[in-house]
Amino acid sequence: MWTWFFQLASPKWVFQFIEKLLPWFRAITLVLFIAGLFLGLLYSSLDYQQGNTVRILYIHVPGAFLSMFAYVLMAITGAIGFIWRIKMAHIVSVSCAPIGAILTLLTLISGAVWGKPTWGTYWEWDARLTSYLILLFLYLGFMALHSAFDDRKSGDRASAVLAMVGLVNIPIIHFSVEWWNTLHQGATISKLEKPSMDADMLAALLTMIAAYQFYFLTVLMQRIQGEILVREKLTGWVRKLVIASK
Amino acid sequence: MRGSFSALVIREISVVLKSQNEFIYPIAFFFIVTSLFPLAVTPDPVQLAYIAPGVIWVAALLSILLSLNGFYQSDYEEGGLEQLLLSGVSGPTIVLSKSLANWLVTGLPLVIVAPLIGVLFHLDGEANWIAFLSLLIGTPSLCLIGSIGMCLTLGLRNGGVLLTLLVLPLFIPVLIFGALSVQAASLGDTTSGQLAILGAMLILSIMLAPFAGSAAMKISID
Repeated sequence: MWTWFFQLASPKWVFQFIEKLLPWFRAITLVLFIAGLFLGLLYSSLDYQQGNTVRILYIHVPGAFLSMFAYVLMAITGAIGFIWRIKMAHIVSVSCAPIGAILTLLTLISGAVWGKPTWGTYWEWDARLTSYLILLFLYLGFMALHSAFDDRKSGDRASAVLAMVGLVNIPIIHFSVEWWNTLHQGATISKLEKPSMDADMLAALLTMIAAYQFYFLTVLMQRIQGEILVREKLTGWVRKLVIASK
Repeated sequence: MRGSFSALVIREISVVLKSQNEFIYPIAFFFIVTSLFPLAVTPDPVQLAYIAPGVIWVAALLSILLSLNGFYQSDYEEGGLEQLLLSGVSGPTIVLSKSLANWLVTGLPLVIVAPLIGVLFHLDGEANWIAFLSLLIGTPSLCLIGSIGMCLTLGLRNGGVLLTLLVLPLFIPVLIFGALSVQAASLGDTTSGQLAILGAMLILSIMLAPFAGSAAMKISID
């Protein structure tokens, strides 16, 4: 069991492991997206006030969830890499950032598109929206800081510190709804209480969250592979791989 | 431990005060930026009082951002920072003493000058008092949070722009509650809640920022 755990720190082993997993993850992502989009866009019931507009929910909410998840993953793997100096953890952390940034952007844009028909405005300086904007800035800062260092190792460590500092911001984002409680509605799904939405809407939403989750993991694994190839370009196994692929 | 801390603070302050008039710049910046707003927006007293909390807070935040460089960059380039670390003083102590010196030299004068700006912006007495209080509680957090960003960008070629990108998002919670408290005061609401949150942020940043800053400083140095 422990050898499996230790192998996670070896870029070569991880690269080959991902190679085996990827087809499965791609297939699962595709199936979940087809099922989720079918359930969400065609099958699920309409909101009694918002009508068809409510279907943006199935794009917006999973994106919001995953962009937060990506940040937490980025910070935790960054911390692991920082504390125990594990190369692979930094690779994962760095690979999370662009995906998380894109998902945050998607959340902001889909939110703006949703906001126009329901709130009557594309943008409102509400706590939750502002927090996501800050989250986007944090992602951009992380990527900018990482690329500013000539030495990749220092860049890894510095951006890991920044990610950990930014993680303090995540609870503020989460509780901002309760603190300011302006235009954005509170969380609808909670673990403890009965969700206040129809069962078919919930099914569609959960399927879409799963689809986004698998999409995130698939893209993350591909980015990790790319990052490994760049960092290990001088090693023998990467050379063999490149020659074999030619 | 306590001896080395106060010695460090005194050293930081004397270094900055002796380096010509550089310590005046952030306060001058604060004054000039705030005085641009009546010219650019409107000289109408009601509207000025309305935008005053935000203007004062944003200007204070930017002044502190400007002041950070003076406390770290030259020390880093001349090797003083490295010598301090080698001398056995712990990293967090260095960051904490630099932040305290930074606040005493830049933050405190800003806090003292702010009520004057408030008068120029026609803020009423109560709101002006709260602006003073909120800056008094809030600006030390800004110095501490800023020190993390400063330490992260120490060795970089164009660290200045990057510093802004890194630090401003982290400043936002302090800015929100600082400006909110002044706004609430000018509307006649209670402000204890916002001030309490600012205080909580200060405690949190005193606890965590020195360690994050020291970790960042060590990355930049080795």
